[in-house]
Amino acid sequence: MTIAVNGTIVSLPDDPRVSLLDLLREHLHLPGTKKGCNQGACGACTVLADGERILSCLALAVQYEGRAITTVEGLATDEGLHPLQAAFIEHDGFQCGYCTPGQICSAIGMADELRRGVPSHVTRDLAAPVIALTHDELRERMSGNLCRCGAHNGIVEAIAETFAELVP
Amino acid sequence: MSIAKDAKQAAQGAMQGMMAKAVALAPDSWVPGGKPDPLIQHRHGHVGQPVSRIDGPLKVTGNARFAAEFSFEGMVYGALSYATIARGRVTALDTAEAEAAPGVVAVMTHLNAPRLNPPPVFMSAAKAAGGDDLPVMQDDRVHWNGQPIAVVLAETQEQADHAASLVRATYAQEPPITSFAQAMAQGTAPGLFMGQPLHNASGDAEAALAAAEVRIDRTYRTPRHNHNAIELHAATVAWDGDTLRIHDASQLVAHTAWSIARMFGIEENQVVVTSPFVGGGFGGKCLWQHQIIAAAAAKLAGRPVRLVLSREGVYRLVGGRSLTEQRVALGANREGQLAALIHTGTTAKTRHNVLPEPFIMPTRSAYAAENLLLDVQTVELDMLANTFMRAPGESVGTFALESAMDELAEALGMDPIELRLRNEPEKDPLSGLPFSSRHLSESWRAGAERFGWHLRSPRPAAHRDGEWLVGMGCATGTYPYYRMPGGAARITLTDEGRAAVDIAAHEMGMGTATAQTQVAAERLGLPLDAVAFNYGDSTLPGVVLAGGSQQTASIGASVIAAHRALVRELLRIAGNDSPLAGLGPDEVAGRDGGLCKHDAPDRQESYASILRRAGQKSLTVEARPPDPLETMHWSMHSHAAMFCEVRVNAVTGEPRISRFLGSFDCGRILNPKTAASQFRGGIIMGMGLALMEETQFDERSGRVMNPSLSEYHVPVHMDVPEIDVIWNDIADPHTPMGARGIGEIGITGTAAAIANAVYNATGKRVRDLPITLDKLL
Repeated sequence: MTIAVNGTIVSLPDDPRVSLLDLLREHLHLPGTKKGCNQGACGACTVLADGERILSCLALAVQYEGRAITTVEGLATDEGLHPLQAAFIEHDGFQCGYCTPGQICSAIGMADELRRGVPSHVTRDLAAPVIALTHDELRERMSGNLCRCGAHNGIVEAIAETFAELVP
Repeated sequence: MSIAKDAKQAAQGAMQGMMAKAVALAPDSWVPGGKPDPLIQHRHGHVGQPVSRIDGPLKVTGNARFAAEFSFEGMVYGALSYATIARGRVTALDTAEAEAAPGVVAVMTHLNAPRLNPPPVFMSAAKAAGGDDLPVMQDDRVHWNGQPIAVVLAETQEQADHAASLVRATYAQEPPITSFAQAMAQGTAPGLFMGQPLHNASGDAEAALAAAEVRIDRTYRTPRHNHNAIELHAATVAWDGDTLRIHDASQLVAHTAWSIARMFGIEENQVVVTSPFVGGGFGGKCLWQHQIIAAAAAKLAGRPVRLVLSREGVYRLVGGRSLTEQRVALGANREGQLAALIHTGTTAKTRHNVLPEPFIMPTRSAYAAENLLLDVQTVELDMLANTFMRAPGESVGTFALESAMDELAEALGMDPIELRLRNEPEKDPLSGLPFSSRHLSESWRAGAERFGWHLRSPRPAAHRDGEWLVGMGCATGTYPYYRMPGGAARITLTDEGRAAVDIAAHEMGMGTATAQTQVAAERLGLPLDAVAFNYGDSTLPGVVLAGGSQQTASIGASVIAAHRALVRELLRIAGNDSPLAGLGPDEVAGRDGGLCKHDAPDRQESYASILRRAGQKSLTVEARPPDPLETMHWSMHSHAAMFCEVRVNAVTGEPRISRFLGSFDCGRILNPKTAASQFRGGIIMGMGLALMEETQFDERSGRVMNPSLSEYHVPVHMDVPEIDVIWNDIADPHTPMGARGIGEIGITGTAAAIANAVYNATGKRVRDLPITLDKLL
């Protein structure tokens, strides 16, 4: 049983209780993905599974056999930071930095949801093929990612700038 | 607290009081800050530039290492079991099943824990860090519901978590005191804060209140709060012989090293605490039982230990803000001039800690009232020790005071900003000291214009937009300038023109490392990338608490002292062949990678040249700043004018904040980018304070009922509008760099501004936080 993490194939753990989050942090030594509550309430552990954002603390590692996981460590390339990572720095979208990997992964997943027309609580046209990244759509869809330092304004600015093609 | 300890604290307080009088009368030049920091005059250098965080690339790529992310060879994982009674004894602890569970290495309880001294409780000594002074797993006593009674160590976290669930305890319960009202009925005791009584009186406030033309007399209540930093508290620890290594999430590394050494009966330098990154602190990342239990268990098991608290564990082990019941009574004449200002009330603490939530602090220097009565009473409950949380005192105290000012303005038929301006004091109303720098009136005027305050209707519930009631409110925020004793810094300069500043300070997201790199580079006359700012390590110089918004001042003063020593030494070794020959430290400044004469910049020599001629590869100096007597010579405070617009749904009662502006008077701003984030962060926590945050405490059992982030609500993205922040950037002539702390002021005044806006929108005055929709229906 294997799983792909940031393009590398690795074995899944023997203990079926191991969460995807603990697989990353404790077994694979990829602590960029953060543990803030371990109960799906804070979003700090958000990663991308085949491009979709999930809470890795609520995912058992063995459930993701054969899937491709992307963590914050897998976003930058040899050419440099992912544009969203650079925008977070420019707009001061963090202070302590602990919720940041989850915010970044979540925003990347969110942008794809908009492109696929996945509606949210504040979407007016549920049938729209692509949903615009309005201020309310952005904030509503990012509300599962808590930030206690209060960097919300910078986070919103960084996301809106990076996914400007979705902003009306 | 024992009576003896109270007496000792009171005696220390009296000594401080006498000293304060002497310092108040001393000439300015004798007092630190008497001569302005020369850096205040540097207007076009690194200081004041919106530099992006220097640790940004590490944080956005997941490469910043937090306490739970360091590893040791052979490390085991810990999991805790918690007591389920509020007071009594553990009569039996069955750990057999847990010990037999797969992967378990050891189970530590009070029966087999290494013998430890009790933690030195915070403020009982210069480096005391304990949240309380209760023995840690040393006896069968239970002091609060949620106290750790066992820790399981296992090869994996999953094994430890499972085994911890198998520990069975039997208790002999004793009747606890867990009801605030019941405790108050049994009598209260005067509160002490930093050795001084939380009591001030001038004139006869009650008589002046009774005689006043216009009176307001109200009671306000605020609940318990938790810091809820997103990073869970964690310690990764290892013993190497008698030396203990702790990877901590800490806002006081030097205090923690000293305190833990005392507990284990070893030397301070045998405990090394590092904390390069802290995932949010807000007063909560100090010394609690988890670091101590991890260290004791590591000793017992002979293995390194990682102990990460669960989110529930944070609520059980780490204290938060205590509840308050506050009376504010204001008496004024028809012109709005205050004759009486009474701010009194009660808060809960425990017998084992020293912090009564000091909610009268913001009132002491707020208004020019002739007659003042301020007082904090305490009751002691059987609960987890409460502690500092962002702006202890000011956050909840300004809610009461500034709500009452709004109520008085309405009673007078006066604009609430005008009321505040009419009561702006010329000097400190209680101490009589001059203000070091106070420009609050300008902040009010600038804020009112930018926010469009003139559009507010003075009549409540006058503005409706569809099903939304719209209103505006305002309030004053304030937080003192502190600088605690014990600072020290080391500067090392190399013959390649690079500098390192070493100080045991902390970066929890405030932007300390970035701003202090800018300051050091400017002082030294070096480019930013030639300066390394090293912090978060108890082996570095200085005892620097990241608290009380004082770190910037403490580091600033320490670096000034070290820099002065460095310049003196450079001039000495430069000798007579240098263009600097014959100049004294006051005549030179750092510029272009070296020193130059202030008023003749061409008399310059580079650091590299000075060191090479002297045959030195590097030069290291260390120095301590003078004690912080400036706070006894001037009344030193930051100020803010807070403006809020809310929309309250007329059908559901749901309150939404639609606009917010903070207009700040906080001295010189060192880095506008990180400072704006600090201001906004405080305001957002103030929004939580106003509208949603409450640690729900079961007064029957003494147990916290909502120990999770799904049931304790903090502001999320959808709750946070774009927050406007402006500042006057007027340097305080008596502080290092002209700056005052900015980490806490944002949470002050905010809750009152919101509550006042809610009143303006709906006509409903909510005096007990949080303002949830049920109170507006």
